[in-house]
Amino acid sequence: MVEVKGLYKSFGDLEVLKDVSYHFAKGKTTVIIGSSGSGKSTLLRCINQLEEIDSGEIIIDGINSNDLTHKKVVEKVGMVFQQFNLFSNMTVLKNVMYSLVTVKKIDKKIAKEMAINALTTVNVQDKVSQYPSQLSGGQKQRVALARALVTNVDVMLFDEPTSALDPEMVNEVLDEIKKLTKTGLTNIIVTHEMGFAREVADEIIYMDEGRIVECGNAKTFFSNPKKERTKQFLNKIL
Amino acid sequence: MENIFNYGAIKDWIPYIFSGLSITMLIALVAAIFGVVIGIILVVFSKVKITDKFVIAYIDLFRGTPLILQLSIVYFAVPQFLDRLVNGIMGMNFDFQLSGIIAAFITFSLNSAAYISEIIRSGINSVDNGEIEAAKALGVNKYHMYKDIILPIAFKNSFPSLMNEFITLVKESSIVSIIGIQDLIRRQQIVTSQTYMYFEPLIIVGIIYYLVIKILSLIGRKIEVKLAYGRS
Repeated sequence: MVEVKGLYKSFGDLEVLKDVSYHFAKGKTTVIIGSSGSGKSTLLRCINQLEEIDSGEIIIDGINSNDLTHKKVVEKVGMVFQQFNLFSNMTVLKNVMYSLVTVKKIDKKIAKEMAINALTTVNVQDKVSQYPSQLSGGQKQRVALARALVTNVDVMLFDEPTSALDPEMVNEVLDEIKKLTKTGLTNIIVTHEMGFAREVADEIIYMDEGRIVECGNAKTFFSNPKKERTKQFLNKIL
Repeated sequence: MENIFNYGAIKDWIPYIFSGLSITMLIALVAAIFGVVIGIILVVFSKVKITDKFVIAYIDLFRGTPLILQLSIVYFAVPQFLDRLVNGIMGMNFDFQLSGIIAAFITFSLNSAAYISEIIRSGINSVDNGEIEAAKALGVNKYHMYKDIILPIAFKNSFPSLMNEFITLVKESSIVSIIGIQDLIRRQQIVTSQTYMYFEPLIIVGIIYYLVIKILSLIGRKIEVKLAYGRS
């Protein structure tokens, strides 16, 4: 579904991604782990063109993303952010409807129905007329999830979706993401929640200093890591 | 009481003084409207290489000199300069003298544009970058991003400063009395010259300014609450 080949990305003198290649399988959930600054988030942000890559290729649904307009890329790829990033000047309902109406040019009535459906799936349908500032962190992230889902994407990027949440709200968001992993959506998740990673991941990528150290089937990754660096990392966090 | 504040003597002049308020408000309103329009143009120019230097110079010029000087230059100096240049040197015969009110409109608009452009610019900078990224990730184009997200949030964030600028304009417009426009202050001067009273007309003018600005502040607060998007 999404393939990256020989990806390089620098911010000034700092090389953040060094020759990263991976094939994210269709309908599977891939979890990217690694310490801060290892390039996990940057890899995600390159896939939906929030960052421009220096060299390499990103292939989405068989098409090189250089040949796709940004609009075409985001039609297939959605994103959920660490800081939720809801539009603070719009109500919950408008947040979810907005891209349907302005980007997809869907009729307002239909867009409203779609938005309410999406909000119902993540269980925040009673907050439609509230503003983001009136919601808890967990509610905000579920609205953000609805906003990303409503556009009917094939790939969903999660950039540390629970890192900004209070501990008691982490589970309500993780539960919603878990549901998504069973829908055939291709999920790429950057997270520090190892228990969650273990539970939902089909595949795991461990990144360090801008490179993929080890990757593959999640079960064997956790039970039988091959590289010494992976073992050290897992020992530290598990 | 009559010995301290001679209401009987000033009473008949009050409507005359009060009608100066319409001039004061007209100048402030025109300056605010054109100030916002020119201010937005300045913000756009400040984002473009080459014109950004012009914007910095413009703002420096209007913030770096007193308003009374700017008004005098527009009303007295520019017509004289143009008269010497066009009529004197080029031998033509134009009348360059502006009416006072037009000179006031031009000066106050250009002056407030300098301040308003800075207010709008900092308002735009205050918009959370995450919200802009979320819009990008949803495929929202630049036009809609500005129209529906950046500018409404920037407007909300800078509204108190814009209201403050408007209140400043209402008060500063009193400078137009030096070019003979019959605003509140000019009318007080006329009443003083007719009646030899300072205290009464000045107090009346002071009360009018104070009440008008009090009302503007209250309206501003109301709008601020409306704009809060759920924050209280």
